Amino acid sequence: MKILFDRIDEPGLNTLEVYERRGGYESLRKALGMTPEALLSDLEASNLRGRGGAGFQMGKKVSFLPHGAIDRYLVCNADESEPGTFKDRELMQKTPHLLIEGLIIASYAARASRSFIYIRGEYVQQADVLEAALAEARAAGYIGERILGSEHSLSLVLHRGAGAYICGEETGLLDSLEGKRGNPRLKPPFPANQGLYQGPTLINNVETLATVPAIVRMGGAEYARLGTETSTGTKLVSVSGHVQRPGNYEIELGVPARAIIYGLAGGPPQGRSVKCWFPGGSSSPVMTAEDLDLPYDFDSLAKAGSMLGSGAIIVVDDSTRILDVALKTARFYRHESCGKCTPCREGTNWTVHMLERIDRGEATPMDIEIMVSVQNHIIGNCLCVLGDAMAMPIGSMIAKFRDEFEAHIETRRLQALEPVQA
Amino acid sequence: MSAAAGSRGWDAPAALDSGPAGIPDPATTPVPPELRREIEAHMALYPDPGSASLPALEAAQRVHGWCSPEAIEQVACVMGVTPASLDAVATFYDMLETEPAGAHAIYVCTNISCSLRGADALYEAMRDAAGEDAAFNVRSFECLGACDIAPMASVDGVYVGPLQIEDVPRLLDDVRAGRPVLAEKQLLGRACADPEASG
Repeated sequence: MKILFDRIDEPGLNTLEVYERRGGYESLRKALGMTPEALLSDLEASNLRGRGGAGFQMGKKVSFLPHGAIDRYLVCNADESEPGTFKDRELMQKTPHLLIEGLIIASYAARASRSFIYIRGEYVQQADVLEAALAEARAAGYIGERILGSEHSLSLVLHRGAGAYICGEETGLLDSLEGKRGNPRLKPPFPANQGLYQGPTLINNVETLATVPAIVRMGGAEYARLGTETSTGTKLVSVSGHVQRPGNYEIELGVPARAIIYGLAGGPPQGRSVKCWFPGGSSSPVMTAEDLDLPYDFDSLAKAGSMLGSGAIIVVDDSTRILDVALKTARFYRHESCGKCTPCREGTNWTVHMLERIDRGEATPMDIEIMVSVQNHIIGNCLCVLGDAMAMPIGSMIAKFRDEFEAHIETRRLQALEPVQA
Repeated sequence: MSAAAGSRGWDAPAALDSGPAGIPDPATTPVPPELRREIEAHMALYPDPGSASLPALEAAQRVHGWCSPEAIEQVACVMGVTPASLDAVATFYDMLETEPAGAHAIYVCTNISCSLRGADALYEAMRDAAGEDAAFNVRSFECLGACDIAPMASVDGVYVGPLQIEDVPRLLDDVRAGRPVLAEKQLLGRACADPEASG
């Protein structure tokens, strides 16, 4: 069942002409014929959970926005920066009108009159495609005053970022969109109450919004029959690392991880085996080969101590040292920490130092203990989860591969004791 | 690296005997008309014109080659804000250069998925091959969102991959000659990996 990837390589799908010929913007017409309340209850019936990382129910998020005569904003989070994630890129590049249509429908449900797409600055080519599609949509009257003769009006601005992972965090994104450094804000107040320019703001991921036209077309209840009871629908997964066919795949939530990693992506190269895998981007605690038969959905992964996150599976095979994986991961979060909260700023930095110490052969087993305690002091103690996003995978690597860390420390200690050969 | 002639550069000591710079005076701050128009067009898009700082700095960087003190001053003048508030922004984002940089930005992704497939050696090779050529700005970059073509690089915004070390000389030659970079390895021409996506 392909909903988002349905004939996505059809030539010209990025143009309005081809998109409309395939029935594009029919869902928008249908939605505008409904009341915002009816549309919202349809979205809630779909049980669609956010595709950006947190997995919060989209309909519920919309319902949190206050009513009344006040400017409401809709922001599409297209700052896809979670390592291993590249699904939104393929959607925006190949079927930009699907995102635009979903965004307009969502803005009607949320009664938002101003909207923004915050796209990461590195996605130059995708932003150019979107910009062209937006111009077409404006010219066709899908964006602007009184859309298709309805009471609903919407402005849409494409905003390009300039390279900062933290701007994918929703409040960091809002500060960045306001023209500042992308520092996350203290929550509450949540963006639904006080977001962009202090106004009520709905923030959704690209894939979430791109799913909305299908929900309207099929009906929320029908959509909810796909996937599992609590993880409905299809999901794009980005599979990368040590697999033979890396790429984006659209799966029905609940299929075994093995079917994705081996069945679709071909598994590790000949003669190698899975050492560990990140189920949802580099922020998710790693799983091992024993976990490959887990159903790939929000709740099964959470129950197993990890998370589905952005749907990015990174496979690491047995030729790789876990220490190198840990170092890469920790260095990334150190670089991207905005520096606002001490546990994250210092914790990411010292974790890198300790891992480098282990790598250089200067560590003792006690360093592992200290490193674990640093991770535990980061989790839950910052304004946003960037620090947690390092602490959780690093903690899981130590928990699951402690032997390997200890063996490395011991080997290097013994090497240091050996007399130097003349 | 030395700052462009006439500019202060970021490492110059702060002048402690005077207060922080105020909003530049439009009467004494010349701004290229094109740049002014572009910044003003961005400001008009938002309920709060302050939102335009990223696109404005990006535009100024295109004109000046980097976010030089002069570039910052011009953006500050048009936006009616202090240079310091823009310095704070420019230093936060990886794509804004706060030192003079080569005109051609080559970002080699060295995050986890790319490094599992040889990105660190690729980055070294790219840096060595570019050498002292001031036209290039070779940087190792965090995940660029293209792990399906790992290891990869963004060359002036164009994604290419999967790259082998042997591709590096031709990649640089293509840039020097102004040709499309590694035409057959560009991401845009690539089909979706999902076998059922073609329907």
